[in-house]
Amino acid sequence: MNGHEITIAVENLEYIYQPHSVKALKGVSFTVRRGEFVGIIGQNGAGKTTLLKNIVGLLLPTSGRVIVDGLDTRQTTVAELATRVGFVLQNPDQQLFAQTVGEEVAFGPCNLELAEKEIKERVDVAIAMTGLEEFRHEFPPALSKGDRAKVVIASVLAMQPEIIILDEPTTGQDYKGCHQIMRIARQLHREGHTVLVVTHDMPLIAEYTKHIIVFRQGKILLNDTTAAVFSQPEILRRTHVTPPQITQLAQALPRELGLPACALTVEQLGQSIVERIHKRRHAPVRYREV
Amino acid sequence: MDQRESHVIFNDVSYRYPNTRRYVLKHLNLMIHKGEFVAVLGENGAGKSTFCQTLNGVVPHSRGGQMRGQIAIGGQNTQEATVAELAQKVGIVLEDPEAQLFTTSVLSEVAFGPENLGVDPKEILRRVHWALEVVRLTGYENHAPTTLSGGQKQRLAIAAALAMRPDVLVLDEATSQLDPMGTVEVFSVVRELNKQYGMTIVMATNKGEQVAQFCNRVLILHRGELVAQGTPREIFADTGLFQRIMIRAPQVSQLAVYLAEREMPLADLPITLDEARRGTVQLIGGSD
Repeated sequence: MNGHEITIAVENLEYIYQPHSVKALKGVSFTVRRGEFVGIIGQNGAGKTTLLKNIVGLLLPTSGRVIVDGLDTRQTTVAELATRVGFVLQNPDQQLFAQTVGEEVAFGPCNLELAEKEIKERVDVAIAMTGLEEFRHEFPPALSKGDRAKVVIASVLAMQPEIIILDEPTTGQDYKGCHQIMRIARQLHREGHTVLVVTHDMPLIAEYTKHIIVFRQGKILLNDTTAAVFSQPEILRRTHVTPPQITQLAQALPRELGLPACALTVEQLGQSIVERIHKRRHAPVRYREV
Repeated sequence: MDQRESHVIFNDVSYRYPNTRRYVLKHLNLMIHKGEFVAVLGENGAGKSTFCQTLNGVVPHSRGGQMRGQIAIGGQNTQEATVAELAQKVGIVLEDPEAQLFTTSVLSEVAFGPENLGVDPKEILRRVHWALEVVRLTGYENHAPTTLSGGQKQRLAIAAALAMRPDVLVLDEATSQLDPMGTVEVFSVVRELNKQYGMTIVMATNKGEQVAQFCNRVLILHRGELVAQGTPREIFADTGLFQRIMIRAPQVSQLAVYLAEREMPLADLPITLDEARRGTVQLIGGSD
C-alpha cells in the first residue's frame, strides 16, 4: 500500500448550519495520507463532528471541497462513500437496530448485494476482530455499553472500508472499555486502514495516535505530531484542551533533573525516571539543588 | 436548613430490575452528609447509574423492580415519597442528555423545572440566566436544544437541574462528552455550589484526576456492592483495589505505582500534579 498517497483532502471547507446561520467550519484545509492514524481534538462546538459528517457525505460543504479516495463528496452518493469510509457514531444506540449481533453486522454487506459466502466471511472476521464471538446471537441493546460500541465497530468493519472514522468512541466507556476500543483502532491501523478518532480523552489519544489535528471555533489551530501538539499547552488552552496529566508533570519538572520535557504515557515517564536513577546510582554525579 | 434534612442514608439496600433475578445493587449501607461532594466510581455495570436513580426515586417508582431496605433523603423514605416530592430535593443530570432534553428552546428547557415547582416568574428568569451563565450557555437562550453539540447538550442538562436549586445534586457521568477544560469547569462549578450553598453532590464519574482534586469522598461500587469508601487519597493509594477493579486513577498515581513496583517509591503516594512534582524531584535528587 502506498504510504504517501492522500486519501482525504479537505480544501477550504466551510459549513453553515441553518436556520441560525451557525458557521461551524470556517475554511478548513488539511490532508490525511493512506494508513495514517490521526486524532482530532478541540473544545465542544469546535466543529469536529461537523467535519466528520462532511467526510462521510452526510453533510455537503457550504463551500470548498472534500475529496475522499479521489471522489468529490458533492458528486458521490453517501452509499458509494460508505464502501470507502466507515463511520462509528458517538452514541452506539443511535445506530443499532437489528435483532442479533450477527444480523447487525451483516446488514451493511447485505446491502452491497454480496454473495452469501462473502457476507458470512466478512461478518466472521469483523466479529472476531472485535471479540464479540460469544454475543453473536444476542440482542444488541441487551449488551453492556462497551460491547454495544464494539457491535457498531464490527458492523462498520464488515463494510471493509479503507477509512474508519470514530466519533468519540470511548464516551461513557470505563477504563477497560476505552483501551479495548483503542486497541481495535490500533489494530486496524496496523492492518493498513486509515483511522480518524475524535475524542476528548487526552491520555488515550496521547497513547495511541501519532498525529493530531486541533480544532478551535471552526478552524484548525494545530496540525502536527502528537508530541509537538502536547508540547504547546498555551495554544491548546485556547481550545479548552489540557495535555494529559503525565505530560503536564513532565513539563513541570525542573529541566535540571535531566528528564525529557515531553512524555505521552505513564510508562514513558516512568521509564525515563527509572533510567535516570540507574544512571545516577552507577555513575554518581554531584546533585545540584533544584 | 435543618442539619438532618439532606442526609442520605442507605440501610441495607438491594435492588433488581423487573423481570430479572440478579440484584444490581446489593446490601448497600452508607451515609452521605449534608455538604459532602461524593464521587461514585466503578466499572461499567457496577450499578452506578442505578445508584444515582435511587436518589430521586426513579428507582424503584418509575422503573419498577424490587427494592429491599430503605433509603432516606432528608429524613424522607424514598419508597413512601413520590418522585415529584423527591424532585424538589434531588436534582439529577443523566449521562445521555438527549434522554432528558425535550423542549424547543434552551430557555424553556431550563425554565421547565422551576415552572413546575411554581416559582415566581421573575425568579425563574433570574435562575435561568444564572444557570446558563454557570454552564457557559449565555446567548443560546433561543436556540433549539437539538441544534447544540453533544457537550453543549450536556451542559444544558446540568443548567436545567441547577435551576431547581436542589439540596442534593446527582450527576451521572455528566461530563463524559465535555472537553478537558469544560470537565474541570463543571467540577469547579459543582464544587462552588457545594461550598456556597452547602449543596450535597453525588457524582458518578470515571475522571480520577478531577475526583482527586475536587471530591471529599469516594465510593467504589463493584458488581452492585460497595467495596471501598474513603478520601480520594485513601482510595487512590489502595493499589490492591486497582488490581481487582479497572478504574482510572490519576496518571500521577499510576506513575507512583509504576515506580513503586520497581522499588523506587515516590514519597507519600501523590494524587495531584504538585505532589507528584515534589515527589519526583525528591526521588531523583535523593538517588545519589
